[in-house]
Amino acid sequence: MGDLIGKSVKRVEDNRFIKGEGKYTDDFNMDNQTHAVYVRSPHAHANIKGVDTSKAEALDGVVKVFTGQDIADAGIVGSICGWQVDFKNGDTMKEPGHPIMVADKVRHVGDAVALVIAESKNIARDAAGLVEVNYEVLDAVVNPKEAAQDGAPLVHDDVPNNTIYDWELGNKEETDAAFEKAHHITELSYHNQKLVPNAIEPRAALGHFDSNEDKYTLYTTSQNPHLARLVIGAFVLSIPEHKLRVISPDVGGGFGSKIFVYNDECGVLWAAKQIGRPVKWTADRTEAFFTDCHGRDHVTDAKIALDKEGKIIGLRTKTYASLGAYLSNFSSCVPTYLHGTLMQGLYTTPAIHVDVTAVVTHTVPVDALRGAGRPEATYGIERLVETAAREIGMDPAEFRLKNFIPPFDGVKQPGYQTQVALQYDSGNYEGALKKALKNANYEKLKKDRDKARAEGKLLGIGFSTYIEACGIAPSAVVGSLGARVGLYDAASIRVHPTGKVTIYSGAHSHGQGHETTFSQIVADSFGIGMEDVNVVHGDTESVPFGMGTYGSRSLAVCGSAIMKSVDKVKEKGARIAAHKLECSPDDLEFANGSWTVKGTDKSVGFGDVALTAYVPHSYPENEEPGLDFASFYDPANFVFPFGAHICVVEVDKETGQVKIVRYVTVDDAGNIINPMIVDGQVHGGVAHGIGQALYEGAVYDDSGQLLNGSMLDYCMPRADNFPMFETDTTVTPCPHNPLGVKGIGEAGTIGSTPAVVNAVIDALSDYGVKDLQMPLTPQSVWAAMQS
Amino acid sequence: MIPESFDYQRAGSVREALALLKQHGDEAKILAGGHSLVPTMKLRLATPGTLIDIGGISELKYINDKGDYLAIGAGTTHWMVESSSLVQQKAPALSQAAAQIGDVQVRNRGTIGGVLAHSDPQADYPGVVLALNATIIAEGSGGERTIEAADYFTGLWETALGDNEILTEVRIPTDSANANSCYLKFPQPASRYPYVGCAVAMDKSGGNCSDVRVGFSGVAESAFRDDGVEDAIRGQALNDDTIAAASAKSAEGRSVLSDYFVSEEYRRAMAQVYAKRALTQLS
Repeated sequence: MGDLIGKSVKRVEDNRFIKGEGKYTDDFNMDNQTHAVYVRSPHAHANIKGVDTSKAEALDGVVKVFTGQDIADAGIVGSICGWQVDFKNGDTMKEPGHPIMVADKVRHVGDAVALVIAESKNIARDAAGLVEVNYEVLDAVVNPKEAAQDGAPLVHDDVPNNTIYDWELGNKEETDAAFEKAHHITELSYHNQKLVPNAIEPRAALGHFDSNEDKYTLYTTSQNPHLARLVIGAFVLSIPEHKLRVISPDVGGGFGSKIFVYNDECGVLWAAKQIGRPVKWTADRTEAFFTDCHGRDHVTDAKIALDKEGKIIGLRTKTYASLGAYLSNFSSCVPTYLHGTLMQGLYTTPAIHVDVTAVVTHTVPVDALRGAGRPEATYGIERLVETAAREIGMDPAEFRLKNFIPPFDGVKQPGYQTQVALQYDSGNYEGALKKALKNANYEKLKKDRDKARAEGKLLGIGFSTYIEACGIAPSAVVGSLGARVGLYDAASIRVHPTGKVTIYSGAHSHGQGHETTFSQIVADSFGIGMEDVNVVHGDTESVPFGMGTYGSRSLAVCGSAIMKSVDKVKEKGARIAAHKLECSPDDLEFANGSWTVKGTDKSVGFGDVALTAYVPHSYPENEEPGLDFASFYDPANFVFPFGAHICVVEVDKETGQVKIVRYVTVDDAGNIINPMIVDGQVHGGVAHGIGQALYEGAVYDDSGQLLNGSMLDYCMPRADNFPMFETDTTVTPCPHNPLGVKGIGEAGTIGSTPAVVNAVIDALSDYGVKDLQMPLTPQSVWAAMQS
Repeated sequence: MIPESFDYQRAGSVREALALLKQHGDEAKILAGGHSLVPTMKLRLATPGTLIDIGGISELKYINDKGDYLAIGAGTTHWMVESSSLVQQKAPALSQAAAQIGDVQVRNRGTIGGVLAHSDPQADYPGVVLALNATIIAEGSGGERTIEAADYFTGLWETALGDNEILTEVRIPTDSANANSCYLKFPQPASRYPYVGCAVAMDKSGGNCSDVRVGFSGVAESAFRDDGVEDAIRGQALNDDTIAAASAKSAEGRSVLSDYFVSEEYRRAMAQVYAKRALTQLS
């Protein structure tokens, strides 16, 4: 290895991004292109009594108007759910249909009823306003718990009690017994509120059917173009995969919302074939609010049981999780295998039982959003732990240290088998917390807090110590749990004749900086420069079949596939070098870009070997020319990053406004390739998680209207909401992948939300406030202080 | 986010703008900085047939010291108001309000005349011009007329401007109270419009409040002068008790805005807190 790994190399992609010269889906255009606008339901639940497209079709410049009936007549199903979670009693998961456009009934505000295609976007937009839909408005249900009750309005007639499945994990009897003998029980009820992802680039699609080649092309905003091709080709539109090319160029953020294959993009591609012209569609911000899959929306009752010494002896949760109006691709696994399996947290809790009822509601579909299930789990555990510590009069840090799983490296000590199915790979949880306590100067901080309180200021300190499962995921394991896809990744390395290298990555950056991180590991491996490597991603026609970027998996999974290809290049390179140096490959060592005969100064450089591979005049017998390898990597386990966050807040006594005074993080993502990128991910993640704690949340009225469906009303966190974050790391390498890396894209989001809420509750301790529902708006904090 | 199609006319002078306004009648809207109107057009909440753009009229961009008053052209941007040392000295509340509008991009485009003509109940300036006892100058085909700020805001999105009039100037008296003025704002966290914006201009003599004007933005359907607070503190010694008593009168007897984010109770309470803070700051 060279000296690039571990360095804060500046991001190579930023050269174009900071100049505003990234190329996004909407930047692409085709000859003879048309423009599409969807007509969407203004109601959350209504029967469609009629659709009149005549006025729209009569408008000059309108090419075609399709309706839900056209989709029904074409016999097209719609996007699918990729993970089957069956009922406790063995009954199959309910999977209500999700047509590209609906013909009979709308089920959330934003449900598509018609698609207008015109010569310009302006005309399409005008014509969309002329499509007349006659609705018979019906009662709606928006709260997950209420949706499961008898008599609640049904979202789908064939889904009784709106229940998609019920599910449990852990040991109910042992957990019951733990609560029987508990010395102290702490209970909380909380709502991990519905969040709108709000990627800065809205979703977009440009679809084209080339009748000469009998081939489709779709430019789209996807975190995983191969998955998009698989779902659209094999399931939605029945296009053979070799006849469909999906290109996802630069992607302007996603937070998970661009994992999923949406009906809108499928509709664009279908329509392009129907009219024989390219069709382009770009969502506006309003559509983003009403159609991008939301996250969270879990309503939970939770308890933990303690013994006399303050050890946790049991944990139990009951969650009602909304999946929204339809099942998005991975919606079903979020409340279960990404949530229930994390309920061990960092603690030795010997008895855990998790119960989940997943329901449909008349709201925008819910699926993975940064953290996906793990923030919901962590919020519950960390709020319970902190509350329990306070209730028994123990310092929350001390309480955690007392209950942590002891350090284990996964090599000398085995992985830690949890009560909820997972086996943690390696961890040193007390190491992270102790470092955070030191960095925050906790002892002084406590004195400062007491001093401030004496002066009438409401200062609060809150903790969160989290773990997450990412690097998703061993295919056999997830397959046994209901996943309908494998979750390996793939990467090719093509060494060019002059020794320059192209990486073809199955992972696809939507902000993570893959072009930099992947280049660093490959350049270092071959002893060449950053400028000698580039990364190709996002085009199914050129990259191998990888599963894309989500679940903090790119480096742990795709990075491992890259390293496998690196090893193959080195192995073959050594044989070529050995031929040139007239020795055995075993006599060679590779360092600083050259193969050297051990103990001599005889060597041959990487570039020489590359050239020889492509100009094989003097070449090993039976060796193929070329230096070009693809590899697939299926992880042996999830990876388990963890960390400790400490938040200090000041609450304005008169207004309830919460000001974050300090935010201290110690995250452990295993080995680190680029500290600056890790730091940036932590900053963004922490901001995102604080957003859930203090600012964000979709608010629905009883009729199913989203009341804050615009940037005027939906509060995203901004830079001026925060102090400078004080970030740090510990390093506990992952024992089961070649780079020893874990993942950091979601860690900040998972860790930060409970730390902030815990800090605010601490600040309000003189008021006897034990709990508040998120987001902790000034009004809700103020109201809590009044009562 | 595409507005309905519209005609666009760029006026080179106020006179030309007035002629265009007369010609296009009801279907025309004046465009100044565009930072309130254009977003509502993109959402198709406003669908004017013609936009008459006065944003390029340089004769409307000025801040002049006229002795008794500051004359501020309607086309003056928030950034110009914010950064003017004249405004900072003679009417600090106005420059403080300007500095808290939107972000830098908005402040570089948005204009004081545009905000006042639009009369958004959530805007910052209205309560400030009331507290500063400003005068609005409107120009129509019949010439110029003056409207006292107190008579100008007539309701939600409503002003005393006539259909064929253009707001051309705002006059801020250079009295001693305005020189001792401030604007404090509790912003809605998403839009950053004020939940409560409180502007106070105060004359002091000795430790007493000899005269005071209090204006609120964001609290009610339109900005208002709060004579309840004014009467309670005028002539009083300025101390914690008198200020608390006076600020407790904030918005008393008035209908107050309420939505899912901010209840009427909370908004009233915050009006009191911000009145107290503003009065305290000027004491």
